Amino acid sequence: MSGRVLVGVKRVIDYAVKIRVKPDHTGVVTDGVKHSMNPFCEIAVEEAVKLKEKKLIKEVVAVSCGPQQSQETIRTALAMGADRGIHVEVSGKDYDSLGPLQVSKILAALAKKEEAQLIILGKQAIDDDCNQTGQMTAALLDWPQGTFASEVSLEAEKIKVVREIDGGLETIKINTPAVLTADLRLNTPRYATLPNIMKAKKKKIANVKPADLGVDLTSRLEVLRVDEPPQREAGVKVETVEDLVAKLKDTGKI
Amino acid sequence: MKVPIPIFVKSYKEMTLYVCTFFVPTKPLYTHVHRRACSSLSTPRITTHYTIHPRDKDPRWQDIEMERFADEADVVIVGGGPAGLSAAIRLKQLANQHQKELRVCLVEKASQLGAHTLSGACLEPSALTELFPDWKERGAPLNTPVTDDVFSIFTEKHRIPVPILPGLPMRNHGNYIVRLGNLVRWLGEQAEELGVELYPGYAASEVLFHEDRSVKGIATNDVGIAKDGSPKDVFERGMELHAKVTLFGEGCHGHLAKQLYKQFNLRENCEPQTYAIGLKELWVIDEKKWRPGRAEHSVGWPLDRHTYGGSFLYHLNEGEPMVALGFVVGLDYSNPYLSPFKEFQRWKHHPFVESTLEGGQRIAYGARALNEGGFQSIPKLTFPGGLLIGCSPGFMNVPKIKGTHTAMKSGILAAEALFPKVTAENLDSETAGLHVPEYSDNLKTSSVWKELRSVRNIRPSFHNPLGLYGGMVYTGIFYWILRGKEPWTLKHCGIDANQLKPAKDCTPIEYPKPDGKISFDLLSSVALSGTNHEGDQPPHLTLKDDSVPVARNLAIYDGPEQRFCPAGVYEYVPVETGDGMRLQINAQNCVHCKTCDIKDPSQNINWVVPEGGGGPAYNGM
Repeated sequence: MSGRVLVGVKRVIDYAVKIRVKPDHTGVVTDGVKHSMNPFCEIAVEEAVKLKEKKLIKEVVAVSCGPQQSQETIRTALAMGADRGIHVEVSGKDYDSLGPLQVSKILAALAKKEEAQLIILGKQAIDDDCNQTGQMTAALLDWPQGTFASEVSLEAEKIKVVREIDGGLETIKINTPAVLTADLRLNTPRYATLPNIMKAKKKKIANVKPADLGVDLTSRLEVLRVDEPPQREAGVKVETVEDLVAKLKDTGKI
Repeated sequence: MKVPIPIFVKSYKEMTLYVCTFFVPTKPLYTHVHRRACSSLSTPRITTHYTIHPRDKDPRWQDIEMERFADEADVVIVGGGPAGLSAAIRLKQLANQHQKELRVCLVEKASQLGAHTLSGACLEPSALTELFPDWKERGAPLNTPVTDDVFSIFTEKHRIPVPILPGLPMRNHGNYIVRLGNLVRWLGEQAEELGVELYPGYAASEVLFHEDRSVKGIATNDVGIAKDGSPKDVFERGMELHAKVTLFGEGCHGHLAKQLYKQFNLRENCEPQTYAIGLKELWVIDEKKWRPGRAEHSVGWPLDRHTYGGSFLYHLNEGEPMVALGFVVGLDYSNPYLSPFKEFQRWKHHPFVESTLEGGQRIAYGARALNEGGFQSIPKLTFPGGLLIGCSPGFMNVPKIKGTHTAMKSGILAAEALFPKVTAENLDSETAGLHVPEYSDNLKTSSVWKELRSVRNIRPSFHNPLGLYGGMVYTGIFYWILRGKEPWTLKHCGIDANQLKPAKDCTPIEYPKPDGKISFDLLSSVALSGTNHEGDQPPHLTLKDDSVPVARNLAIYDGPEQRFCPAGVYEYVPVETGDGMRLQINAQNCVHCKTCDIKDPSQNINWVVPEGGGGPAYNGM
């Protein structure tokens, strides 16, 4: 199987940073906060680059939807081995309301435009934990999907995917073109070393607007309020079962 | 007793030079080692870093390709702080002005500029105005002019106001309260626009030398080494950046600067540097308590008059009712039971401070060492192939507690001195790496020198029987009235690490428990710094001798590193089998403050740089 692989990469707040809710409760503070590539997207990029190194695919294209800073995330993907990048410019209010449905519409449009054979995404983003973009993209394109992939192998015109599911591991064989989403154990991503970052500066990143792809960004969801999770309160010890029932009744739980 | 033994390790694969310092135990230590029951078990191995256990003798590294990719620039700058960025900007401004090509590369260990920057800060805009006279139009984040200067001597329950008369160093008229991390980020944007190549996330881990021992450049950190020191599948060598001149702007107590001092004997004619640790928090407070533009400082409680230190509390004016507050403790303190973190937390309960913080929310925490040596401790600044700029050699005006403007000025002077040399038609140089002594000469005739000279005796004047009060009297007479023109220069007391008294001669300090509203515990504070490191890498807090912590630090000083580390990196825990204690190093907590390297009484801890990108994630600190 030869051809082009589209890899989606998302710029998210770094996992080690303490999140702070904005004073107006419309979202979280992102200004100046340390961001990095979503860990599952790193695994997706690594898988795509590995396939290219095995000569099973020809070109890896890294895609990111977001404001100007998303270009840094694309650069990291380029430094890891992607050949070129596509930055879909979404900023301001549009970016605040950007969700899996709009992103999957964008990816589907790009896949058709770029004549991609394979789309590899991270299984979910660590900021919204949606776990929807891969599945929606496959549905929009009417392509098969291999989600939660912990092992991927290309065999002739089909792809064998070992999936991590609740009960254990499930192995499926799907046709191409297809959408894959990467799970944690798929691979260990390589470092983006400085020489590669320097080389990546010479690789192309194309700028595209969602309107050019015919995608409408209006969201069907409206965020009403964002709050911190409630503070964990101290536990209460009771002596007998009767006490427990009484306490549960007291606090209106039963 | 410390014996510096230069070890020239030149293998076929690794063409680098290591200078190791060995800790040769003195007689008292030997008896202690035998007496202390470290149990019959040998010391568990703590340090696995290759700077202590070289790889060319390690069988696990036999077949690993150690060749490095190398690239050439005209100037390489280590450190993306105010000094490094000012130098980079000035170089590019000169290059554009004279229409010369100049490749300037800057490497910074933080993942983004400003993530490792921590300061009060009250900025004197002099150097910034020199760099960008139109900084206001360009949108530099100087939004809070100081409107109010408040100075107090605290007692446990009360405060004695001290008038800040014009002429006193802590007067802030004309200065701006800034979030230095944001200013550094802005400087980075200006630098990039001018064409500086910025590489955040890549730490300079090694200095490279030419055959003639002049500096050739730096090498960035290797990645993919496992915790036990062996290579992982993703192992990759760092890269070499060669330059005609390399500027070292690593900030206070830089780890490469430490090597350079030894290599080029840069400290033979100056006093050893002395330091303090500064801890800082950002709070969003109740609007009713917010006084934008107000700068408060205090001395006194909770420190006794013989422990140098004090506090700051600045009301920012950037939209939200936010204050930046912090506490500084001189690292020449003598009581090993002192915990700078706990002093900071209990200071917040003083009525004057607590009233401001009540009802507020803490949103950030961090810590960093700062220089206190001033004029007496400035080392030789130039050597073949390189220069030292900023807080690394140390230009902080201690009574003003300001070092940013002098750091930036030193960066500007460095750029101006080396520009003609590095762009000259014929590189007229005796050594392969350019030597630029003009930088040092120009610094000595600049405002930086005059300023530091005039305040040189204030900090050392603290060492008198009246402690703090003696120091204040001295400042009043000799600085305020005589402007530092007295002919004598007072000396410091030697290095901070030697100032600790044995634990048996000191009283443990009873610190109050944190209340979770105003004062907090250490671990939840560390979480707020956003610090993180790749877990599977050798601890970057390396010990020259793994047995010294238990044998000496714990035995004599009751393990002061458990108390002076503001991030909970060092813990003495019971050994798993048998009795005795061992040192556990939680390297992932490290906030890169450098205090341990400075204050370790055995000088056994050598802080080296971890994989680039690791460390705190400060946002506008």
